[in-house]
Amino acid sequence: MSLSPQFVLYEDDHGRIQSAADRLVHDANAKAVFLVDRNGQLVAESGEFGDVDTISLASLVAGNIAASGGLAKLLGEREFPTQFHQGERDNVHVSLLAGRIILVVIFDERSSLGLVRLRVKKANHTLGALFEELFRKGEAEFETDDPGEAFSMITAEDIDNLFSD
Amino acid sequence: MAFINYSAREINCKLVYYGPGLCGKTTNLKHIYERTADSAKGKMISLATETERTLFFDFLPLALGEVRGFKTRFHLYTVPGQVFYDASRKLILKGVDGVVFVADSQEERVEANLESLENLEQNLLEHGHSLDEIPWVLQYNKRDLPNAVSVGELRSELNPDGKVLEFEASAASGDGVFETLKALARLVLHDLRRRRS
Repeated sequence: MSLSPQFVLYEDDHGRIQSAADRLVHDANAKAVFLVDRNGQLVAESGEFGDVDTISLASLVAGNIAASGGLAKLLGEREFPTQFHQGERDNVHVSLLAGRIILVVIFDERSSLGLVRLRVKKANHTLGALFEELFRKGEAEFETDDPGEAFSMITAEDIDNLFSD
Repeated sequence: MAFINYSAREINCKLVYYGPGLCGKTTNLKHIYERTADSAKGKMISLATETERTLFFDFLPLALGEVRGFKTRFHLYTVPGQVFYDASRKLILKGVDGVVFVADSQEERVEANLESLENLEQNLLEHGHSLDEIPWVLQYNKRDLPNAVSVGELRSELNPDGKVLEFEASAASGDGVFETLKALARLVLHDLRRRRS
């Protein structure tokens, strides 16, 4: 039984994802945008997030999506692809991209749910296509066993050295 | 499923602490959190009930150091151990890179350990994994308690072939906690390297 391919993000792909996230912050008048993979890893962030613990945010968002995905299956739905949390000051719009990436938009009174929905829909096309391409590339690389640049250099000794007290 | 970010020069892996209810999974994470330098850890998050039983998961991000210019980051999760939270356990196993199975050494928990290990196997299978191909280690916890059964007995139940690395621990005092974590982190990185080179 083979393991699923890892998620590898190279610099040029990251640059394109980052630009799309920056654009969404601007277009949606949002405070911040986060892209998180379904396993809770933060892929990209943009906007003003002050002292928000972005790593914890990513993990909780992924937990939330996982829980609502489980709930959807219980009810015979495939997925609940969009969620909205309304706060007193900040609001959070969460949606799924390409089935594996969670797009989180945080916004306040400078924007509105309608505008965010509209811009997210537009960004879904751009970002969705980017991630689809990324995953296709990752799977092809996994199948051809093409070693990543860094991993061809890492030795067993390097790893053991991490743990030498 | 590890996440390798060439842009941030980071390798991110997900480790899950699994085991029966009250075996000490959260206690392991708490000890790691307390004994790790601020610069190497993030906030520990516990989604727990009012009585401090894990409801969904505990989460602790940890940085271990650098390998060839890549920061190695580990996201540590626990699952809720109580039998009826199985749906949550399945969700947390998604994308797992390595598992610590925390066994409770107390005589009256031997059966619960076995049930939980079987449950782990089943839930991994649903994600397309198996204990034969995923890095995992065994921790025999609560070795300090007077009603702890012998390691030999635990081994014969949980690790009869002796193929899995095992550690004795007392998570409440911290004994064996870092040994277990380091062993699993090492296995996961070696596995990652093997699969990518």
